[in-house]
Amino acid sequence: MNDMTLLERSVEQTEIKISAQDVQVWYGEKHAIKDVNVDLLDKTVTAFIGPSGCGKSTFLRCLNRMNDTIESCRVGGRIALDGEDIYDRRVDPVQLRARVGMVFQKPNPFPKSIYDNVAYGPRIHGLARNRAELDEIVEKSLRGAALWNEVKDRLGEPGTGLSGGQQQRLCIARAVATQPEVLLMDEPCSALDPIATSQVEELIDQLRAEFSVVIVTHSMQQAARVSQKTAFFHLGNLVEYGNTDDIFTNPRDPRTESYISGRIG
Amino acid sequence: MPVSWTLLIVLALAAVGYVVTRARAIAQAGGDVRRLHSRPSYHGWHAALLTALPALFLIAIWRFVQPSAEVTPLTPLALLLAAAGLAFALIRTAPGFRARNAVENMVKGLLILCSIIAILTTAGIVFSMLFETGHFFQKYSWQDFFFGTTWSPKFGGGSQLGILPLLWGTIYISLIALAVSVPIGLFAAIYMSEYASVRLRSVAKPAIEVLAGIPTIVYGLFALITVGPALRDWFAQPMGLGSSASSVMTAGLVMGIMLIPFVSSLSDDIINAVPQSLRDGALGLGSTQSETVRKVVLPAALPGIVGAVLLAASRAIGETMIVVLGAGAAARMDLNPFEAMTTITVKIVSQLTGDNDFAAPETLVAFALGLTLFVTTLVLNIVALYVVRKYREQYE
Amino acid sequence: MSDATIEGAPRATQPKSSLLVADPHTRRRHAAEARFRAYGLGAIVISMVMLVVLLFTILTGGIGAFRQTYLEIPVTLEDAQLDKNGNRDPADLGKVLTLTYGKLLQQSLEKVVADKGIAIADLSAKDLSGLISKEAPARLRDQVLANPDLIGQTITARVLVNGRIDGYYKGRVTMDSALRDANTSPAQLQLADALKAQGMLATKWNWSFLTSPDASDQRPEAAGVGIAILGSLYMMLVVLVLAVPIGVAASIYLEEFAPKNRWTDIIEVNISNLAAVPSIVFGILGLAAFINFGGLPQSAPIVGGLVLTLMTLPTIIIATRAALKAVPPSIRDAALGVGASRMQSVFHHVLPLAMPGILTGTIIGMAQALGETAPLLLIGMVAFVKNFPSAPPEGLFEPASALPVQVYNWTQRADPAFIERASGAIIVLLVFLLCMNVLAILLRRRFERRW
Repeated sequence: MNDMTLLERSVEQTEIKISAQDVQVWYGEKHAIKDVNVDLLDKTVTAFIGPSGCGKSTFLRCLNRMNDTIESCRVGGRIALDGEDIYDRRVDPVQLRARVGMVFQKPNPFPKSIYDNVAYGPRIHGLARNRAELDEIVEKSLRGAALWNEVKDRLGEPGTGLSGGQQQRLCIARAVATQPEVLLMDEPCSALDPIATSQVEELIDQLRAEFSVVIVTHSMQQAARVSQKTAFFHLGNLVEYGNTDDIFTNPRDPRTESYISGRIG
Repeated sequence: MPVSWTLLIVLALAAVGYVVTRARAIAQAGGDVRRLHSRPSYHGWHAALLTALPALFLIAIWRFVQPSAEVTPLTPLALLLAAAGLAFALIRTAPGFRARNAVENMVKGLLILCSIIAILTTAGIVFSMLFETGHFFQKYSWQDFFFGTTWSPKFGGGSQLGILPLLWGTIYISLIALAVSVPIGLFAAIYMSEYASVRLRSVAKPAIEVLAGIPTIVYGLFALITVGPALRDWFAQPMGLGSSASSVMTAGLVMGIMLIPFVSSLSDDIINAVPQSLRDGALGLGSTQSETVRKVVLPAALPGIVGAVLLAASRAIGETMIVVLGAGAAARMDLNPFEAMTTITVKIVSQLTGDNDFAAPETLVAFALGLTLFVTTLVLNIVALYVVRKYREQYE
Repeated sequence: MSDATIEGAPRATQPKSSLLVADPHTRRRHAAEARFRAYGLGAIVISMVMLVVLLFTILTGGIGAFRQTYLEIPVTLEDAQLDKNGNRDPADLGKVLTLTYGKLLQQSLEKVVADKGIAIADLSAKDLSGLISKEAPARLRDQVLANPDLIGQTITARVLVNGRIDGYYKGRVTMDSALRDANTSPAQLQLADALKAQGMLATKWNWSFLTSPDASDQRPEAAGVGIAILGSLYMMLVVLVLAVPIGVAASIYLEEFAPKNRWTDIIEVNISNLAAVPSIVFGILGLAAFINFGGLPQSAPIVGGLVLTLMTLPTIIIATRAALKAVPPSIRDAALGVGASRMQSVFHHVLPLAMPGILTGTIIGMAQALGETAPLLLIGMVAFVKNFPSAPPEGLFEPASALPVQVYNWTQRADPAFIERASGAIIVLLVFLLCMNVLAILLRRRFERRW
């Protein structure tokens, strides 16, 4: 059954995973996101770019309801995951986040061992029946995050002892271990050095085979390198959305053009 | 001449010194204060301090070293010293004299002196107790004190002064107090920082702080007139466990209530020091809030919480009024929590109140008890403060 | 990642299960969540309930101390008994013993009982005389000595009644308990009822609880917290005069001038440890250092004040340093930048800005000191004090009590009426503490500054 799922996914490359319609976000009185409409595809890396404060991170956090943890935040409109509205009253954000994982700006490994960091998600969601299965998930996730060879001999050591790039890949492994369908990444390389960045970028490209990846980045070069689709945000509006190549070579909106050419931002 | 008169004269001399020196400085500058290195008032202060400080120190030291001298050459000596200081200041006064620097150095000296008082206090505590404890161990063997299982002071000799029953009572009561305060305080702190609405927090936080501001004598009275009789009538007697209102349970419960705000405010600080990014990380993986707290926040905060519990334990061991009024006076080593037992602090109070004969081991034993208490709590505090400090550095 | 499929591991739930339906595993997790929340809420509720129960029992138990039962009877102050020479000479009047006044009161009461035709079975002479407090004759004597012109007149004397009678009207004593009580009897209570019916006996507001000194074991009805309040005030005065300047000076040095070396490190560790030293240890220090070594008198507010000063210093130092730390370095830089010395920048700029924080910390430290009991027990503040100390500075060296110690003192007495007094004294103490804390909060609000 699992193989079948995988097979199914790999053929349907353009299936819509998340569909957002008329999304609005308010922080107290501040209207942070205005009328955003976007369809995010499965098995695709989508990059959100835009000047800082444009709302790209805010919108990203709407996709797995991380904004729920901020008391003054209200979300309007409709965001559907596989056709189901994630802001429906009956939806349990906990279940949602198991399917829409997230990697944060600063690597935030838990103060536990490397193994326990990766095993955290599978444990709370009850994904493994026994230790052997858990070991298997941990190994696969670490391999998936291209970290296995570096840490396989020291799984019991604290995750906080790794280097910055390793920590971020550990966080990606941790997110992958939960077996999500969508992976949200909020500027995952902003705290990393260039070598670690290129490792993580390479990893993102591999992850595309399994998941729908949404990445927020402040670096246009990075967006161009890793994404197939790009969305440009400006002052809370989604200005332009399309194939990455088109956005960077032939932007339709003057604001996108100014940003890409470095006049604003 | 009484000391207070000497004091007044010295202070008056200092005031005179201020006025005269200030005027002299201005006169030397020919009325143009810009020609002075320091403002005229600094010259004045320089003289005032030089006049008053040496004389005041002399008086203080004299009083301390020789509290009851019949013939006191103190007054003339002090006045001489004050006058000398004044004369010296007057001679030094000159337009180029750096009066401000001199005054500031003297003030700095005073500040240093004040901060040394803390050290002196500790030294005072240690020496006063070591001294009398030494006396005690000359009259009573230390083996019998530390390993004796009977406490029965008798006036007229033949006392048995073993600390073990007191230690047992202290530990038993403290354990009950911690068993009450740690879960309640910790859960209250968790709920307050992770769940509570702004409105609940605005009510509950001050209420718990009020609990912290209530003097321990009030808790003691509460134990004596409310908790003790209630426990006896509802639990101890029906269950056939005793008929005493003062008991380990009474004191432990009330002390537990007293420690709730202490534990909860410490834990609150510690839980809030856990970075938000860790919470986000756990929530982003689909943890429920309680899973985030139990599996990420609490393990991360564990060292800090251990430190808080140690501090609470040190509080419980040193607490006096609640046990004096709630635990009873019978030194006993028993497991029944509804039995009256006693603690180190209770016995310090009972051996040192009333008429004291500082030659009798029955009185001197209080100092040995005090020293034991001091060392125990000091060790707990040092370990706790070290653990908490290390914990904080981890997230800074 | 060629063949390593992430989906390889079996999962407990269908990957594509609907978001709208919670699976059993998730439901169990949410049940655990709800339980966890309930524990937290329970902990808060328990704390709040304890606070309410604590305050409620103290308030209901202590409010009685502010009401006292008095008897108002006509007393003829006859020359023959009080001033045999008839010259109103204070020296002669002073020789008349309290005992005489006691007899006078007893006769007056007997006369009232006879005049009003109050007849009660089994009423012994002891019941009758015992109705009036043992403290009453002394107070009547003081009244006469203060105003000798009263002699020869018939005045309406307002006298205290026995604590048992007072307790009867406060619900502490009943006819049943009186039967078993050697100090009262049902007949005595009936007499009190009869006098009450005549309007001569009533329970009224009792200011003298706040102004009178302590009273001996047999006279709970006369005991007050006057000396205790005064003693506590004297000690607070000492703490204010010593702890605040020393504490602030020490903080200024440690925060603004001290070099970072081992020596200052030791001072800092020392201060944080002193803050956690059990208070009773400070009592031992006070006994050994100030009384045995320094030769200061026992029971004196100066010793209590010194002990509390040492105890409060760490609190004040920690609060003051926090306040100084909160002043941004830019202020110091600004002062230094215009050529002020370090000392000038601290005293002219930093200290005034830190003042509200220092004041708040000081008040909280003093509130702690006000409620402290244990160390005062060891320096003899438990002694029975009947005479008010004189004004400072001499008064600081005379025996006095302190509010919390008075509470402890009363809990050690046999008569249960003293428990009411103890709770009453706690109410007084809590009112003082409340005032200090409100002051601290107001100061913080008033001067709160955002950088």
